[in-house]
Amino acid sequence: MSTMIKMVRSFAAVAAVAIATPVFAAGDAPHIERQQWSFSGPFGFYDRGQLQRGFKIYREVCSSCHSLKQVAFRNLASDGGPGFTEEQAKQIASEYTVIDGPNDDGDMYERPGILADKFPSPFPNEEAARASNGGAYPPDFSLLAKARAAHRGFPWFVFDAFTQYQEQGPDYIYALLTGYEEEEVPDGVTIPEGKYFNHSFLAGPAIGMAPPLSEELVEYTDGTPMTVEQYAHDVAAFMMWAAEPHLEERKKIGFRVMIFLIVFAGMLYFTKKKLWRNVEH
Amino acid sequence: MAGHSNYVPQSAAAKWLESRLPVISLVRGSFVDFPTPKNLNYWWTFGGILFFMLIAQIITGVVLVMHYTPSTGAAFNSVEHIMRDVNFGWMLRYLHANGASMFFIAVYIHIFRGLYYGSYKAPREISWILGVIIFLIMMGTAFMGYVLPWGQMSFWGATVITNLFSAIPLVGEEIRTWLWGGFAVDNPTLNRFFSLHYLLPFMIFGVVILHVWAFHTTGNNNPTGVQPKTKQDTVPFHPYYTIKDLFAIVVFMILFAWFAFYVPNYMGHPDNYIEANPLVTPSHIVPEWYFLPFYAILRAVPDKLGGVAAMFGAIAVLFVLPWLDTSKVRSGTYRPLFKQFFWIFAANAVALGYLGAMPAEGTYVLLARVCTVYYFAHFLIILPMLGFLEKPRPLPASISEAVLKGGAGKPAGATAAPDTK
Repeated sequence: MSTMIKMVRSFAAVAAVAIATPVFAAGDAPHIERQQWSFSGPFGFYDRGQLQRGFKIYREVCSSCHSLKQVAFRNLASDGGPGFTEEQAKQIASEYTVIDGPNDDGDMYERPGILADKFPSPFPNEEAARASNGGAYPPDFSLLAKARAAHRGFPWFVFDAFTQYQEQGPDYIYALLTGYEEEEVPDGVTIPEGKYFNHSFLAGPAIGMAPPLSEELVEYTDGTPMTVEQYAHDVAAFMMWAAEPHLEERKKIGFRVMIFLIVFAGMLYFTKKKLWRNVEH
Repeated sequence: MAGHSNYVPQSAAAKWLESRLPVISLVRGSFVDFPTPKNLNYWWTFGGILFFMLIAQIITGVVLVMHYTPSTGAAFNSVEHIMRDVNFGWMLRYLHANGASMFFIAVYIHIFRGLYYGSYKAPREISWILGVIIFLIMMGTAFMGYVLPWGQMSFWGATVITNLFSAIPLVGEEIRTWLWGGFAVDNPTLNRFFSLHYLLPFMIFGVVILHVWAFHTTGNNNPTGVQPKTKQDTVPFHPYYTIKDLFAIVVFMILFAWFAFYVPNYMGHPDNYIEANPLVTPSHIVPEWYFLPFYAILRAVPDKLGGVAAMFGAIAVLFVLPWLDTSKVRSGTYRPLFKQFFWIFAANAVALGYLGAMPAEGTYVLLARVCTVYYFAHFLIILPMLGFLEKPRPLPASISEAVLKGGAGKPAGATAAPDTK
């Protein structure tokens, strides 16, 4: 069993990765800074403008390698999402080419996307994706914001339950996208050919993804600063929405459920007290 | 059970039914007129909370199954379909997944309540043993349920646990192949786990009925451990305990809703949002939090078969607990030494849980071994000896006397929360 546990390193457990990766001494595990997010806390919501900017970054930068298989074009116009109108979402869909078929002649054919289509993937399969990316597989974007997290360790993980800290994923994505600092490669760390140094990469420090963002790479027309930090925030927020499209609805319903339960519990408490008032117990 | 009923059928229809199937008096005798000790504290509400959780899990589970596809190619995507496209599917799934954790929080408090107040002692041995059987089936159900979303931890957790059976001498490999339905965890494994995950909760339901039947035959234990002697010691279950249990259930639902609506992924592992991949092993395979103490015991033993034996032994020892505890006094309230060892045992269990989440290396292994030895020593050495060495405090003559003197049992219970969670 121990061989199974240690066979291949993956992204999840910082502690275990630090032990399994000799170049990274234990204790050097990346420190992930917490960021401000509009969607954190009990009243969290998505910033429509931020999701639209994040989508623009995904479309113009990330989507050349990363798929977004679970998300459909119709979701762009769903409640609690980026807030595109149905017309805008239709327009966006039609700008993508989707392979459909087979037709009556048995041939696959290309057509413009419609609302019901999911986002088409940049590569036909994992092998093709690896072949184009130096052997590394760019993971699907749909769930990444929930599938990555740095270990918080004791006692922080206990507090997290009370402070409702659930944004480890976007915090990590932000840290990763802003974590390329070529000049800071520590002594004794060698980065293989075709890989890049990233001090926030949990399975790192060598990462296959080239620094994807740079100043003024994507044009913002609403006056938002076109910096790497701003891009990283926006795309991380977009990824959180892609992973958890019903977050706003969940928190809104949760609040009503809480109010109901607390009032109901209070009423039951006094009913119970009244019923038991004549019993010595 | 029905023997406690004061019910006399009035209408012609009720008389007709009662003379053929006395189900009204059965229910009345069990849950309405049933004489219940009047001094039960809030630790006794966890039975009702557990019943609520079982029903909640069955209802959310039955609806989830209407949208889930048990196949290695489709399972992961069907769960995402539930999360994204099914009306309130996200709520059903988060309630069900967090419900499993809530179920275990409640069952651990319920078990530790039984341990503290000696609820396993004569004449309630059968209730206790049935409870341990429920706990075992619960563990199997939860484990198989965790496999169904077919994420990375689902797949690798299933691989680690099913591989344990290969440690059995001579037939281990064959048993493992038989469990898998093939030569690796694959589609047949997922399908049989799905089938069993649907079946086992109904078996739990059946054993729960026996569990309740058994302690309704002996009567509830209570914080003094002294059997009710007169009518003054008891109150009818309804309305006194129906209202108290309902209040406790609603308070527990607040905790449940907190997790399901605000931190729904807190109890889960991020890797389970990555689809299962037999070619990529996660660097650190960890079970769900409620299995961690047993996982720590499994890994504490250097030998594979020994580890498996220790892990199952940790539960097996609970079956014989009623005969290991030699003290004639039931309630820990009147046992000054036992009380201290109880809290050491509780702290030890929490420590095992922590160690189960840590990598099996260095100091962690050493500590896990110490805690494992202590776990068994508590049951096999400390409890048998305490009965002879300890001088218990004088017991009250009756529940009413204890209540009038200022509520024995209540203060002791009041501090029991943090360690049992």
